[in-house]
Amino acid sequence: MTSHIVLDRVSKRFPPAKRGGDEIVAVDDVSLAIEQGEVFGIIGYSGAGKSTLVRLINQLEPVTSGAITVGDVTISELRGKRLREQQTRIGMIFQRFNLLTSRTVAGNVAYPLEVIGVGRAERTRRVEELLEFVGLEGRADAYPEQLSGGQQQRVGIARALAANPQILLADEATSALDPETTAEVLDLLARVNRQLGVTIVVITHEMEVITRIADRVAVMDAGRVVETGLTYDVFTRPQTATAKRFVQTVVRALPEGDELARLRATHDGRFFTISFTDEGVSEARVFSALAKAGVDFNLVHGGVDDIQGRVYGLLTIAVRGEADAVARALDGIGSGVTVEEQR
Amino acid sequence: MSEIVGVLPDLLEQTAIMLWMVALSLALGGIGGLVIGTGLTVTRRGGILQQPIVWWVLNVLVNTFRPIPFIILLAALQPVGRLVVGKGIGTEYAVFAIAIAATFGIARIVEQNLVALPAGVVEAARATGASPWRIIRTVIIPETLGPLVLGFTFAVIAIVDMSAVAGLVGGEGLGNWAVMYGYRQFDEVVTWSALIMVVIVVQLIQALGNWLARRIMRR
Repeated sequence: MTSHIVLDRVSKRFPPAKRGGDEIVAVDDVSLAIEQGEVFGIIGYSGAGKSTLVRLINQLEPVTSGAITVGDVTISELRGKRLREQQTRIGMIFQRFNLLTSRTVAGNVAYPLEVIGVGRAERTRRVEELLEFVGLEGRADAYPEQLSGGQQQRVGIARALAANPQILLADEATSALDPETTAEVLDLLARVNRQLGVTIVVITHEMEVITRIADRVAVMDAGRVVETGLTYDVFTRPQTATAKRFVQTVVRALPEGDELARLRATHDGRFFTISFTDEGVSEARVFSALAKAGVDFNLVHGGVDDIQGRVYGLLTIAVRGEADAVARALDGIGSGVTVEEQR
Repeated sequence: MSEIVGVLPDLLEQTAIMLWMVALSLALGGIGGLVIGTGLTVTRRGGILQQPIVWWVLNVLVNTFRPIPFIILLAALQPVGRLVVGKGIGTEYAVFAIAIAATFGIARIVEQNLVALPAGVVEAARATGASPWRIIRTVIIPETLGPLVLGFTFAVIAIVDMSAVAGLVGGEGLGNWAVMYGYRQFDEVVTWSALIMVVIVVQLIQALGNWLARRIMRR
């Protein structure tokens, strides 16, 4: 199978902001292959180059070097009318929604249809269908400012899907939304992916967005992709410092430094960290095994996270008891867990 | 009272001439200003039709014409007027000169309003594969229409001001009437009735512009 979007050693440099200044390297020699029908996340801090990277995919910005292929078209080579024709096949949504304030909801959704020359009757039909899909039936005649942020982003999604694109680019699409609305919009994006088979590229600095919908993730730092992998793998076994920092924002990390000292001051016993992935292990099984062995224990840190519907546990417990009893208790948890003592 | 009634026919006639001059020069200068102002916006660095040379030429052109006091421009453009409208005097020539001055004045007003448009809206349109010309027609102008109407209203009032010196080249209108029959013949009734009429006209134009802009911006 050939990949849907291929970036081959792509770089983007901007001229210096002032004369004699340094050139800005926004994207530095990035190679990526995004598969048909997957949700691909790109995470990085602001300034890491992820927004520039996504704009290279639909060529809102030309590449400085390298090549970008979408389907069987090398989009980075195209200019003018031929480029615009390809752009109609890639939808995009934005952090600030970027809706036209001079148009109603229906007018906004119809915009890409006008661009590709769809007739009025067909436009009306399609707009209605799209608004139903995104859950905005009956709001066709509203103006953007009459809608909430979440509703505006739904309009943005409907607009992005209007011309039946095979790819949807989401640039920080939930960063301006509250957590609840974020979840709703992510659910909608997941539905776009599953029901319509649209390949989605999600740019974000919010780890929750990645854990919720991305099949795979690339971690960006200073214009480079430093780590790529299945979301679950990157989360449970981050390789780079940047990835680890992101993972810590959602997956509870091991206690360190002051925090560990504080925990030790308030809890007796030895500290063990039990980590497990979803191979049939649950928090309940860990606790019941410990209880059965008759040792006295306390959960002092950590918890269980849900990554892409899979379990990832990282529990730090304080255990009191004789060394033998403790060893037996920990053995009793069984396979599928990694136990490490925190000294 | 009878004096006012006496000047009334002239007052109304000259007001009509002034309004005609203003309307015509606004139409011409408005189109010219919209074209140049839009050109300045789209050809600037980062614009959708980035063209540094075209931008530079437009910018120099606007900067050259705009600071010229209108009364001097009116005299200086006479040779051009003879080529374009066939004569360098009279109301028609005055309209021509006002339209030229208004074009460059309005160009800056248009540019100021268009560059204030959030870049994201244009980017969203580009992402749909819309051509630059389509983006100008369907995004840049409609999205800034409210402020543009206010800008044009501001320009109309400047044009009313310019129309008052048309008398210098033998043009008619309220301003010329006030100078010729009011100021030069010490007829305060003429001067004051012209002044009051200008104030009323300006108030009405501003009210109309505000109303229109409010409707467009839905607030």
